[in-house]
Amino acid sequence: MSFKIIVLAKQVPDTRNVGKDAMKADGTVNRAALPAIFNPEDLNALELALRIKDKLVDCEVIVLTMGPFRAAEIIREAMYRGADKGYLITDRKFAGSDTLATSYAISLAVKKLEPYHLVISGRQAIDGDTAQVGPQTAEKLNIPQITYAEEIIDVDQTSITVKRRLERGVEVVKSKLPVAITVHSSAPDCRQRVTKLLMKYKHCRTVTELQNETKDYTELYNLRPYLQLNEWTVDDLHADVSMLGLSGSPTKVKKIENVVFASKDSKVLSSSDADIDGLMKELLSSHVIG
Amino acid sequence: MNNIFVYCEITDDRTIADVSLELLSKGRKLANELKVKLEAIVIGSELKGIEKDIFPYGVDRLHVADDSRLYPYTTLPHAALIIDLFKKENPEIALFGATSIGRDIAPRVASAMRCGLTADCTSLEIGDHFENKSQTEYKNLLYQIRPAFGGNIIATIINPETRPQMATVREGVMKKEITDTKYKGVVEQLDLTILKDDDFVVQIIERHIEQSKINIKNAQVIIAGGYGVGSKENFNMLYDLADVLGAQVGASRAAVDAGFVEHERQIGQTGITVRPKLYIACGISGAVQHRAGMDQSAQIISINTDVNAPINNIADYTIIGSITDVLPKMIKYYKANSK
Ligand SMILES: Cc1cc2nc3c(=O)[nH]c(=O)nc-3n(C[C@H](O)[C@H](O)[C@H](O)COP(=O)(O)OP(=O)(O)OC[C@H]3O[C@@H](n4cnc5c(N)ncnc54)[C@H](O)[C@@H]3O)c2cc1C
Ligand SMILES: Nc1ncnc2c1ncn2[C@@H]1O[C@H](COP(=O)(O)O)[C@@H](O)[C@H]1O
Repeated sequence: MSFKIIVLAKQVPDTRNVGKDAMKADGTVNRAALPAIFNPEDLNALELALRIKDKLVDCEVIVLTMGPFRAAEIIREAMYRGADKGYLITDRKFAGSDTLATSYAISLAVKKLEPYHLVISGRQAIDGDTAQVGPQTAEKLNIPQITYAEEIIDVDQTSITVKRRLERGVEVVKSKLPVAITVHSSAPDCRQRVTKLLMKYKHCRTVTELQNETKDYTELYNLRPYLQLNEWTVDDLHADVSMLGLSGSPTKVKKIENVVFASKDSKVLSSSDADIDGLMKELLSSHVIG
Repeated sequence: MNNIFVYCEITDDRTIADVSLELLSKGRKLANELKVKLEAIVIGSELKGIEKDIFPYGVDRLHVADDSRLYPYTTLPHAALIIDLFKKENPEIALFGATSIGRDIAPRVASAMRCGLTADCTSLEIGDHFENKSQTEYKNLLYQIRPAFGGNIIATIINPETRPQMATVREGVMKKEITDTKYKGVVEQLDLTILKDDDFVVQIIERHIEQSKINIKNAQVIIAGGYGVGSKENFNMLYDLADVLGAQVGASRAAVDAGFVEHERQIGQTGITVRPKLYIACGISGAVQHRAGMDQSAQIISINTDVNAPINNIADYTIIGSITDVLPKMIKYYKANSK
């Protein structure tokens, strides 16, 4: 049986480049001002999956992403780099899901893809840095987890050996399969797009995307059925709606506050010799330094 | 109301990790406010006498699992023991360190308990909540406070319906305080018979843990650099100043992400929290996630080319200028004028 790897990847706003226009006047986040990107550690996760594929040859890498329609971009991007196919989990009813509801939906999708060998995700998504979806999905699937993976040392049809990056060191662990792995940013960077794959997959679309296309893809898709990207809704997953979205999310946001800082009356100095010397003299005489 | 539980991590020399002692200290205060008991969980091996280190923090009940298979930490057996305990005891609140262990186990436990979990809280408080939609009043919830998405907002997260209310907190965020050196609680053994062979499918083959050489948490003076420092080479100026002042070098996340410095030096919500006598912020804009880790410094100096950088609002002194200009002058003055 071919070795099946499911990679969990999320499209996130690029919070690393939050500029001054990232916040609207009313204090809410201006998502439009933030480019949507492939969550960085999910690219590391994809790379580890692709390395296993390189090694095992008879191996299928499937990308799973949950998000709005445009998150299909993540699947295409992954396919340009070597993934075989992908599924977009998308439904209005998912809106407002916290990590518990998200991992419930993702675990249902993973179960639909059974039998699988590995579920590989990023350690955390940069929009919240929660690092919860990986372990929670593992729990819902009732499989073991290996967090903070940096390197796959060995893998065969029944077991995997992984190097983990911890706060103050490393650990090598071995587990039987299937197992869920979350990948740390210290893992190798993801390979770039492959031109051949870009050409092959650039017309990949989900059903929803096809509806908005002006061009008629019918003929092309009859010829190349693999171009059709899969979309799964709540119904496809046979999900219990009460466990999704806001109602399925135990965490509620009670309050969002704009941070207003009572400014201290700060002394403003220039970088002139006199100002710096004066400050240093003051710090020395008050024994803050020295 | 049920009790507050803190999961305590064990270090290689069989002491309780600082972050866990800090959480016990916070847990004690919350327990006093809610008039409930504080309970601790310790899972590991060779734990004889560990209660002596725990009771002084005001722990009323300590749950211990002492078995050679339980150290070093692996996810499944620890999670199974905690989930079993939580199902029996139904805690009101459960706290974990936001460490590589805490962030591995807490989500797994929360998923099994189907309860909410908030990562990296910078503050925990007790408060009420009125739900308009259902017209329900909730008393004494745990407010889980953390900077949220984008950075200029602080979110208060609550779990009105589910228990336990779970949160992780980074080392250094809460203060470690002994309640009473003679405080006495009871010790109870966790039920090891629930562990199955399947809980041990992940085996540790090799392990190299080093004591961190970087100790900014307890430094009196910190020179912190941000993205504005510009390069790894420019950070040498910060090390030079730190050298002459006997200080430590810290950094913002942008500086870490840019590869100027090691991750261990990151200060802020997802880094270390510090409270030095003096904090010199060099080329740091002062995003809320950064300030969360340093705004309790006794004195703050900001060196920034931008008069309007938010960090300046919380600085005692703001030097408007480039670090390449200012830092060498500071070093020169200090060398010439200190004994
Ligand atoms: C979930 C989450 C968690 C986060 N956790 C953390 C955290 O723990 N710690 C953290 O720090 N950040 C954290 N961040 C990131 C944070 O939001 C900011 O992006 C980051 O702190 C910005 O770093 P900076 O101030 O160094 O960079 P910038 O915002 O780019 O600021 C650079 C500053 O340098 C000044 N400057 C430029 N050139 C010079 C010069 N030559 N001399 C002097 N000044 C100069 C500029 O005027 C500017 O003010 C987190 C973000 C998220 C989304
Ligand atoms: N909506 C999503 N779709 C696919 N994968 C996700 C989604 N949310 C989280 N993940 C995966 O879970 C990891 C941790 O996310 P988080 O718990 O949000 O920090 C991410 O790096 C992704 O691999």
